[in-house]
Amino acid sequence: MAVTAFGLIRIRNLFAVAMLFGVFSLVAALLYVIMDAVDVAFTEAAVGAGITTVLMLGTLALTSSVEKTHGPRNLLAMAVVLVTGAGLIYGTLDMPAYGDPDAPIHRHVADRYIGKSGAEVGPPNVVTSVLASYRGYDTLGEVTVIFTAAVGVLILLGRGRGRHTRRRPEDEPELWRGDERRLRDHRETEL
Amino acid sequence: MMNRKPVLRVNAKLLIPAILLFALYVQFHGDFGPGGGFQAGVIFASAFILYALIFDVNNARTAMPPWVMRTMLATGVLLYAGVGVAGMMMGGNYLDYSVLAHDPLHGQHWGIFLVELGVGITVAGAMITIFFTFAGQKR
Repeated sequence: MAVTAFGLIRIRNLFAVAMLFGVFSLVAALLYVIMDAVDVAFTEAAVGAGITTVLMLGTLALTSSVEKTHGPRNLLAMAVVLVTGAGLIYGTLDMPAYGDPDAPIHRHVADRYIGKSGAEVGPPNVVTSVLASYRGYDTLGEVTVIFTAAVGVLILLGRGRGRHTRRRPEDEPELWRGDERRLRDHRETEL
Repeated sequence: MMNRKPVLRVNAKLLIPAILLFALYVQFHGDFGPGGGFQAGVIFASAFILYALIFDVNNARTAMPPWVMRTMLATGVLLYAGVGVAGMMMGGNYLDYSVLAHDPLHGQHWGIFLVELGVGITVAGAMITIFFTFAGQKR
């Protein structure tokens, strides 16, 4: 993972960068499998290695595939990055060892989830019971976030439909008022 | 252009039904093994994205018209929220599935099933929508 991360920073060809992102996600997914977090690994492989790479390639097809070269190096930015990194590493020193049964996260509600979810909720997969039942509100929020993201993409990009992405300036302001019906009519007349 | 790539086309045709089937398996088997609505939605969407990559976005749009995607987007969230409201109607708290059936375990089972279905539908709709919207743009 460290090797891919350094590669990501050095390489200027953005196609290779998109592919390396996919590799990075796949290695991360393998790491999750080793740590027995199969559900997370599943998501990482499907979203990180699959969909994200395709979306990045789609974006690259619209823009340029070579990164712009930078000007002189920015020492202030370097200092900020170093200080933040040092702070983060200092923070990890206080974390409990991996797999420590006395870690705070294992003493709070995890006992109940693991011990009683079979009797209280039912499914053998505890992750499913936690996600859908114990933490139902959080998952509802996540679904709403995904819904909002797709609606946002539709509103921002869903108008051009390929034929004339450069819109006439005079129909911008009335569309920006967010009148969905008019937006839809507008799109249908364009088709 | 893709007419010249028979290997890709044939392989995609073989893979797409398997991917769709696997998505349904992940969706409905999520209670027992790894997986669930989110992963299933992404896998379902990836089948359509593969189709769009190999057989052109416009053909994929015929298979999955924009209105279907938009309906899917909204249906999933509404299904999720609706299960919560149904729980309230039947005398429990919002998103409390225990009251949905005659005994709590069955209720939980139904609630989780419907909620995961909602998640899957919305995620699949969202991923397909985002990809088609990006791919539909021209420079």
